[in-house]
Amino acid sequence: MRLDSTDKQLINLYQRDLPVCERPYLEMSRQLGISEGEVIDRLQALQSDQVVSRVGPVFEHRRAGASLLAAVAAPEEQMDLVAARINRAPGVNHNYAREHTYNLWFVMTAPDEDTLDERLDELEHQLRLPMLRLPMVEGYHIDLGFDIDWEALP
Amino acid sequence: MNTSIDYLAVVPEVASQGPISAWGLLRLRQQLERGLPLTARPWQTLAEQTGLTEQEVMTAVDQWQAQGLIKRLGLVVKHRTLGYTANAMVVWNVPDRWVTSVGESVAGAPFVTLCYQRPRRLPDWPYNLFCMIHGVDRNRVLSQIDHLIADKHLQDFPHSVLFSTKAYRQRGGRYVSHD
Repeated sequence: MRLDSTDKQLINLYQRDLPVCERPYLEMSRQLGISEGEVIDRLQALQSDQVVSRVGPVFEHRRAGASLLAAVAAPEEQMDLVAARINRAPGVNHNYAREHTYNLWFVMTAPDEDTLDERLDELEHQLRLPMLRLPMVEGYHIDLGFDIDWEALP
Repeated sequence: MNTSIDYLAVVPEVASQGPISAWGLLRLRQQLERGLPLTARPWQTLAEQTGLTEQEVMTAVDQWQAQGLIKRLGLVVKHRTLGYTANAMVVWNVPDRWVTSVGESVAGAPFVTLCYQRPRRLPDWPYNLFCMIHGVDRNRVLSQIDHLIADKHLQDFPHSVLFSTKAYRQRGGRYVSHD
């Protein structure tokens, strides 16, 4: 998908501080010099093209519930299969293949720690693979709302 | 680390309007985990979905932002789609007595997007400091890591670089809603 300068400006301006008022897209449209309907259409297009996953709140994970980073070492030829099994488990919101013996890394969320542990026990049992469980001890910097470096992108 | 979690969380107080339905607030959180509706009046749409009023929805979101339950409200970008395909998780084994100061220092590098401490799992996993670099070009990311090691004096700490090769899933956390 080709993004034009208005799409880029929409992303530059509204990764944070989306206005909380009755018609937020109208307020955004005034900043961008386009109509409210066009803001909505562009957001719809950005979402359906997977440029934006959603417009919305990012919850602070420590306050929103329980979450944990986990990893398993899947046999190379079974990566897709194991990844699919992980994705079927409840609460998995990230799941990546990485270049390491521990080659599948995923984040699981749950309403509370006990539920999270139960879900991980169940998944570990299903996969028959030892699982690294790596809860966060301390966060030093967590912000995926960084400014997009448009010049560097292909 | 705070391990006691009240998953109804931080119920807003609206002195002038009286209490807001706890059930409505839970439904609101469930809806919000899926993102804001793309309607002219998204808060009104959420109000209709949750049985709250538009004003109650906006008040709850304002207060959740002020209280830090919501840390950011806006577009959530899928960096991989945009071309950020060289995404490295870099992990170090830093002695416990230094990990906080090293972590804070690494977090200050402009290209580091995430940085946190996690437990080691010996003997399988010796690393306790994690950082993420979202980059466009693998070689550039590798040179950023070299610079990071030199700038922050990390030469003595064993490290490993785990580039991601495929995203099987990437979406927002669903703490109170179901898949």
